[in-house]
Amino acid sequence: MIVGFLSSAIRLSATFLYGSTGEIITEKSGHLNLGVPGIMSVGAALGCLCEYYLLKSIGTSVPFLLILLPLLVTFAGGALMGLLYSFLTVSLRANQNVTGLAMTTFGVGLAGYLINSIKAQMAIITRASKYYTTLFPFADKLGWFGEIFLSHGILVYLAIAVAIVAQIVLNKTRIGLNLRAVGENPATADAVGINVTLYRYAATCIGCGISSIGGLFCIMDYMGGNWEYILEVFGWLSIALVIFTLWRPALSILGSIIFGALYIASSYISGITFAQIELIRMLPYVVTIVVLIITSIINSRETQPPANLGLNYFREDR
Amino acid sequence: MNNEAVKVKSVREPLFHVVKRTEIVWWKAWLIRAAAIVAALVATGLLSFIVLKKSPFFVYSSIFSGIFGSSRRILMFLRSTAILLLISLAVTPAFKMRFWNTGAEGQVLVGAFASVFCMYYLGGKVPDGILIPIMFVVSLAAGAVWAGIPAVFRAKWKTNETLFTLMMNYIAIQLVLYTIKIWRPTGTGKLEALPYGNLPQIAGGDFWLSVIVAVIVTALVYVYLKYSKQGYEISVVGESENTARYIGIDVKKVIIRTLLISGALCGLAGFMLAAGIDHTVSDETVGGMGFTAILVSWLAKFDPIAMVFVSALVTFLQQGTGQLMTDCGIANSFFSDIVIGIMFFFIIGCEFFITYKLKFRKSDKKEKDK
Amino acid sequence: MEKIENKPIAIQLKGITKTFGNVSANKDVTMDVRRGEILAVLGENGSGKTTLMNMIAGIYYPDEGQIFVNGEEAVIRSPQDAFRHGIGMIHQHFKLVDVFTAAQNIVLGVREKGRYKLKDANERVFEIAEKYGFHIDPEKKVYEMSVSEKQTVEIVKVLYRGADILILDEPTAVLTPQETEKLFDVLRRMRDDGKSIIIITHKLNEVLEISDRVAVLRKGEYVGTVETAETNELALTEMMVGKKVSLNIERTEPENSCDRLFVAHLNCRDREGVKKLDDVTFTARAGEILGIAGIAGSGQRELLEAIAGLQHLESGEITYIDPESGEEVNLRDKTPMQIRELGVRLSFVPEDRLGMGLVGNMDIVDNMMLRSYGKGKSIFLDRKDPKKLAENIIESLEVVTPGLHTPVRRLSGGNVQKVLVGREIASTPTVLMAAYPVRGLDINSSYTIYNLLTKQKENGVAVIFVGEDLDVLIELCDRILVIGSGRVAGILDGRTAKKEEIGLLMTGSRENTGAAAENEAEENLEENIPDGKGGAHE
Repeated sequence: MIVGFLSSAIRLSATFLYGSTGEIITEKSGHLNLGVPGIMSVGAALGCLCEYYLLKSIGTSVPFLLILLPLLVTFAGGALMGLLYSFLTVSLRANQNVTGLAMTTFGVGLAGYLINSIKAQMAIITRASKYYTTLFPFADKLGWFGEIFLSHGILVYLAIAVAIVAQIVLNKTRIGLNLRAVGENPATADAVGINVTLYRYAATCIGCGISSIGGLFCIMDYMGGNWEYILEVFGWLSIALVIFTLWRPALSILGSIIFGALYIASSYISGITFAQIELIRMLPYVVTIVVLIITSIINSRETQPPANLGLNYFREDR
Repeated sequence: MNNEAVKVKSVREPLFHVVKRTEIVWWKAWLIRAAAIVAALVATGLLSFIVLKKSPFFVYSSIFSGIFGSSRRILMFLRSTAILLLISLAVTPAFKMRFWNTGAEGQVLVGAFASVFCMYYLGGKVPDGILIPIMFVVSLAAGAVWAGIPAVFRAKWKTNETLFTLMMNYIAIQLVLYTIKIWRPTGTGKLEALPYGNLPQIAGGDFWLSVIVAVIVTALVYVYLKYSKQGYEISVVGESENTARYIGIDVKKVIIRTLLISGALCGLAGFMLAAGIDHTVSDETVGGMGFTAILVSWLAKFDPIAMVFVSALVTFLQQGTGQLMTDCGIANSFFSDIVIGIMFFFIIGCEFFITYKLKFRKSDKKEKDK
Repeated sequence: MEKIENKPIAIQLKGITKTFGNVSANKDVTMDVRRGEILAVLGENGSGKTTLMNMIAGIYYPDEGQIFVNGEEAVIRSPQDAFRHGIGMIHQHFKLVDVFTAAQNIVLGVREKGRYKLKDANERVFEIAEKYGFHIDPEKKVYEMSVSEKQTVEIVKVLYRGADILILDEPTAVLTPQETEKLFDVLRRMRDDGKSIIIITHKLNEVLEISDRVAVLRKGEYVGTVETAETNELALTEMMVGKKVSLNIERTEPENSCDRLFVAHLNCRDREGVKKLDDVTFTARAGEILGIAGIAGSGQRELLEAIAGLQHLESGEITYIDPESGEEVNLRDKTPMQIRELGVRLSFVPEDRLGMGLVGNMDIVDNMMLRSYGKGKSIFLDRKDPKKLAENIIESLEVVTPGLHTPVRRLSGGNVQKVLVGREIASTPTVLMAAYPVRGLDINSSYTIYNLLTKQKENGVAVIFVGEDLDVLIELCDRILVIGSGRVAGILDGRTAKKEEIGLLMTGSRENTGAAAENEAEENLEENIPDGKGGAHE
């Protein structure tokens, strides 16, 4: 029971982990992107569309491609959304909150439209789902350890790998240092020759690409290939997770599992009513607010969002 | 010799550079915005043409018939515009103060929820004449509380309001889902329309009351922001908290007071939705209008009068593209979101050309030579 | 020592001109900087020193003219171009990332080969620090640093990039005298190492102490370069201000002077816990101008804000004597609103005009209302009186504006200040405080302001004037309070005070100035403090 619970929590966590890792990278550049729900939706929809046409043309003959191609398409779709966001906020200096919200409206709409266009035959993509959900065939022979840690699909491990890589890049490399400088104090970064525009564009595109994989994972793995209009909620939860983990991708691995556990907890508690399920689902938002409040009261410099988060940079403004 | 040096350099100069405008004539600004809207409409037409393979004439006439096709459609259009306008007006005082209230969705929802709560527990026990005023007060209070909580934390500890209010939306949604499942433990988790506490209909429909309320609130918000002392304080705090402290405005008080007002107006919108139109509540009651309203308010530059037009434009697109889909025989409500998204992108983008202008190097040089 | 003329030229400027809008910041400047020298660039506020140096450092691009570095023409379009030519500038406002360590800030943006290892960077930072005698902890976060530590990081940052030509913009403005000494030692070592140092300043004593040559700018134009050894303060002043100009500010004798405001034992700290006011005690009298002199950032702002009710105090008393009833009113820990409600007519012209005194995006009428909008019981605004007031001020102070409804941020600096001062005077204050009211203003506007202050004094207002130009202070004020590192270093009579005396008090801390200076300061304290204290106890 507890093993199944943890296993499911870890599985779901990948959705949030992709979403939040991508958003952390974006926010480290100073972009508060409220378009994550839209971006995850669009990414997932494009990935599913790709999956659909793959299955129609080559069937399941090359399982490897059934994961790789949709993954690339999803990433590209997310990155394109990031490009649109960056164009509006960096090049046209539009307000970030407004742009992000418009991205969400647009993205959720576009995803819905795309999925609806193949709705009738959408069911065939469930056939590809099994390639997503398992990686190690021997996992179930390893008892509880295998079930909790090894029973997942490749995208779960990829999510953790991406988070770790992001953590290392942000904190241990020159690129990461430059990126953080751009988000903290773009004028300073600009003065020492860091291309603020390039960094903001690149970080946002890559970040959005990563976030969108969370959408693909959610549909193809967690939902077993069935489209559900759940990604908008998961997108907002991913933004919440960024705050919850204080902009640290490595901490996100743990945080996403907590969010996953809270989200599915209701199915694992016996004798719970439908009503109480909704209350438990409220918890991720509540804990995020609590974290937000506590960090603002403590007001330590180490736990604050990037100092320039939400602000655009225009050199001549100085 | 100097000139030579300049020539060599100019090769490496970028083609243009961006300069902040010091001033723009108001009609020029609105011309740019109008151009953006036209461009967005053209893009919409093109998109429809490509996706739906229908002639532009069909697309536009279908969109127009969606609004003006029948008197009922016109009334629907007016009502939807009124509700969106109401929420946009509600978030405006907060935005004017540079308080990023992304929680309108939740504030409207708790307002609606509070009304239904009263309808559920008091309906049938007290006459509607008493019930409706109670609902009104409770809705406004609920919206005010929902906006007031983040405001208190923002005022006291500078807690990030964008993220706080955003989270409050989902707490509101879960709260509604929770309560409905207590009320209706079995079944679809939907609450049927309740027969109590329904607002009176005017001219045989639930259309006009929303419009009247929206007109009144537009006037009130306009006067409040422009001519009242509190509105002046909001402007000062929004422009510069330092100045506000310097002249002795209690910034914390203004933040909290403004958000209470903003939230109460959201609550009013929720009351209109619940008591006037839906007579029930669900997690879909607000349906993203809270977010759309933020965009409307911002695109209207926080001007209540401009907001009337922007919310009409958004509703026009929403309802018109809905009709377009019906006419094409596609049961797909998402197309209108795409179109609205495109419209937003164009208007957001065009602001750049109002605030800045591109200066081309060559003309720059010429100017100097004069 | 090698003669300076024989040293090779590091930078040569030819015919540099830069205009902003209609204002020309630099006009046809031709000068040079040599290797292994410390060149002071001297000039009054607004003489175009910083603009000129910004063009060498790649912040601005000259409209006309050429820059030669080591004999070759250089196109310097960005700070990176400057670095490529070995030029680095330390700005007055530090450009550091607060949450980064010193070393992270130093290596930021440097394109080095090999893997990024902070340890290596730390070591190199140590090496540089050792070589020139810095004290720096590479792993300390910037937000934990003092101003002088931050400056050190900025200098090391420039050296790390291999700069041979260093430009420092008013580096001592924020430093204590000890820190200044240390900085000068470092600069000398760098010079002896063959680097060129350009130091922008308007402090003559420092120019004489540190520089080898002095280049003087006046109103954007280059006046000339002299060898420091062959000049003196007087000669430099003449170069700086042109022909010896007597300021000719009309100073009337105080009439019916009486105590108006007692300030006793004020103590306060800033957010970082640094002491900003240290036992400040003085009295402001009605009908006189009390000048406050001191190096920028010595606590002037905190002092005025404390009186205005904007600064939290650790301890101390602020007492106001009501001119009509003679009653004492306690102003400590009151908000500006409460102070107004007590009937205290306190006006304050803050240093930050558009960020505090006025709202840049509002028009003149709405800015007039800032103080008075709350009057009356109506919930609506009255724009009639503010409009009249605005018209009055525009007319009487000759404010140049396109109209009443022009946002004030579009006005020029002098006109902005007239609007602000006009409003503050309009409320017929009994106490008027003005912080740097002529900063950035042209001569005519400055005189308008001086006259306004004098007029207020004649009307029996207690005027407190924070200034930076000592000549003005001496000619305008009746008494001059000198503040140094948050402490009252002395209170002098404006009619007898000497510039040197004030300068000494400003910079002279008891620890490291000569015994004579200390005694002098001590004497002044004894002379003046008693009547402040005495007043407070009466």
